[in-house]
Amino acid sequence: MVFLNNIWLIPLLPAIGAGIMFFFGRRLQKSTVNAVCVGVVVLAFLFACGAVLQYNTWADANNHQPFQKILYTWLGTDTGHMNYITKGGAQAAFQADAGFLLDPLSSIWLLFVTGVGMLIHIYSTGYMAHEGGYYRFFGYLNLFMFSMLTLILANNYVLMFVGWEGVGLCSYLLIGFYFHRKSASDAANKAFIVNRIGDAGFLLGMFFIAWYFGSLRYVDVNHLARSGQFQIGDPIITAATLLLFVGASGKSAQLPLYVWLPDAMEGPTPVSALIHAATMVTAGVYMVARSNALFVLAPTSMKVVAIVGALTAIFAASIGLVQNDIKRVLAYSTVSQLGYMFLALGVGAFAAGVFHVFTHAFFKALLFLGAGSVIHAMSGEQNMRNMGDLRGRIPTTYWTMFIATLAIAGIPPFAGFFSKDEILWQTWTSEGGAYRILWGIGYLTALMTAFYMFRLIYLTFFSKPRMSHEVEHHIHESPSSMTVPLIVLAVMSLFAGFLGWPHSLGGSDRFARYLDPVFARGEAKVLVEEGRAGQLAAGEKEEEHTSPVEYALMGLSVLAAIAGWMAASRFYREADKGYAEPIDAASPAVYNTLLNKYYVDEGYDYIFTGRKKLGGARLGVMGLGEASSWFDSHIIDGAVNAAGWITRVTATISSWWDKWIIDGIGVNGPPIVARMLSYPTRLFEWGLVQWYALVMTAGLVGFVFYYVYR
Amino acid sequence: MDAMLNISTLHYLVLGAALFLLGIIGVLTRRNVVIVLMSIELILNAVNLNLVAFSRYWQSIHGPNALHGQIFAIFVITDAAAEAAVGLGILIAFFRNKETVNVDEVNLLKW
Repeated sequence: MVFLNNIWLIPLLPAIGAGIMFFFGRRLQKSTVNAVCVGVVVLAFLFACGAVLQYNTWADANNHQPFQKILYTWLGTDTGHMNYITKGGAQAAFQADAGFLLDPLSSIWLLFVTGVGMLIHIYSTGYMAHEGGYYRFFGYLNLFMFSMLTLILANNYVLMFVGWEGVGLCSYLLIGFYFHRKSASDAANKAFIVNRIGDAGFLLGMFFIAWYFGSLRYVDVNHLARSGQFQIGDPIITAATLLLFVGASGKSAQLPLYVWLPDAMEGPTPVSALIHAATMVTAGVYMVARSNALFVLAPTSMKVVAIVGALTAIFAASIGLVQNDIKRVLAYSTVSQLGYMFLALGVGAFAAGVFHVFTHAFFKALLFLGAGSVIHAMSGEQNMRNMGDLRGRIPTTYWTMFIATLAIAGIPPFAGFFSKDEILWQTWTSEGGAYRILWGIGYLTALMTAFYMFRLIYLTFFSKPRMSHEVEHHIHESPSSMTVPLIVLAVMSLFAGFLGWPHSLGGSDRFARYLDPVFARGEAKVLVEEGRAGQLAAGEKEEEHTSPVEYALMGLSVLAAIAGWMAASRFYREADKGYAEPIDAASPAVYNTLLNKYYVDEGYDYIFTGRKKLGGARLGVMGLGEASSWFDSHIIDGAVNAAGWITRVTATISSWWDKWIIDGIGVNGPPIVARMLSYPTRLFEWGLVQWYALVMTAGLVGFVFYYVYR
Repeated sequence: MDAMLNISTLHYLVLGAALFLLGIIGVLTRRNVVIVLMSIELILNAVNLNLVAFSRYWQSIHGPNALHGQIFAIFVITDAAAEAAVGLGILIAFFRNKETVNVDEVNLLKW
């Protein structure tokens, strides 16, 4: 139990690494940075393995409950100062633990985040070897690992939100790693701002949950949600889950908030692999899967999730068909695959969605790292139009990427086949009817996926060399620090799918079985009896797994993968300089729309950011800014000026009153009267001394006469 | 000797009154401050004359030791000297300001 009881060490280890980089990184040698930053992640990985193993034995003895380790109350108090009234009228404390929860769901995330994270850390030591800001890069990576592990291991929504914001911050920092490049800092801002929109949804959803359930711990919320006291379709739960999904669609790049992810490719390639493919962007999937008890109570939300997922999948895949930047193709592929995951969640196949997250983490990380290796070999060139014929020159990269492509395209027995096929099958069987359309979209997406991935492979590794002689001269295989992670990930891409080997092919679908306690099929049965079984539990459909339809669908998806491969092979196998894009040849209008990403960024510029004017009027945020500015300068300042004007007028009146009435009559009046009255008397005083003397003498004479002659 | 004996107190008083009148006329009519001051001296001396005349008359009644009037006259002379000194001092300050010694050109002493 030593690992399980000290599970808080798993996020703490990378935090220590990040702290060391923050305080001392500048002074450290690269080798020391490697030892510290890679070391802590390796330790975290080993620790995580130990914890998961111990959990599995512990869970067997404890009815497969989640394991909770609460360190202390992190937010709120026990004194009742932050109490509030829930919707039910009960008192509840607004509290969040610094608590960690391990169950099969977080175990899976824990393992692939630390595992893939570790490989990418090792890869980065090679990829970033010649870059400036080495310690900064690794400090950010470690900080990211800390945040991501906090997100995964939190036992309540608030702490999850801390990790959620932390990964957002690290994403921002790492996308803007080359901050001297305007495009990179713009992309970082975009990622951060778009994510904030989602985060606002997450926060609101969280408040709804706190208000409705009186707690933010998963255990409490899930227990209440599964207690059967809530109606299916409860409007508040629907609102809460929809808001949570807004958060998820921000972080996991779903329509309409996906726009930041392709731009996030401005960051260094290992970052794209770690954050924007394998781990962080699956946080939304994690959150929805974590809230599955709520989502099954809200069929509307489930529909929204499924539809948004399916639309995102095909939307991003269609853009990916024509992109020329190797990383952008992969970025749109990531968005598309995330769409698949949400499609799975939305049709109630939580385990299938999580399984796809798991396999996707390996092959997409591998694809990105392989792309990084290609870019490394091509001296920084990212445009596939200037590549070609690299397979003999960087063979390890070629083989590993090829395996990853087979995996993502869904060629058996590679990992992607099992997870994607499971999703399509679950979509097909979920509700029937209109849900078959979602299957159709997923199927088309699978076809597109195979096409654009093999297009990438052919343009990069096959076809004619199209690079300059200068670049061609420098092509070299990457160092072993980069190729070894590629090989490990390739092995995982090959074998990870076997964990979910389905019943129909003679397996036992161990992956889904492992997750059963999380998605609580046993407890959900109560609700199943009330109807809407298809929404609730993927497990109910296990029994149908052996139907011939499933084999047919499986065959169809393999066929789609092969067809995509063949088409790509036909169009790009011999691509030479100035090769023609088949879509361009068929319809330039479609091609340009796809190449310009359906003009979504431009549309957002018109409507949401207001960077461009729409018919003379500025809309969106900048429009709001202009309107506020106008309001401020006209209404507020007008009111201020009016107040000033009124003051001035009253002051003028007051001043006039003071000057003429108070001073004029009150103050100056008496002196004027005194002056007028004094006028006759002062005539006697005219200043001639001799006159005074004369008067005096006359008076004297007068007195004398008076006394003498009276 | 007879003629001397016939000079009575009344004569002195008449002379004093005449002097006093001259002084008054001088003070009231002359413009020059110096002359005004001199006229004031005349008035004072008229008074002195009266004092001395009454002192002499007083001696004839109370004996030779009744000298109050004469002592008083000496005081008046002293006072006149002081007054002249102050007056001339004012006069000089006055001249410095106005460049004149005409009393009618200084009419600030009003209101």
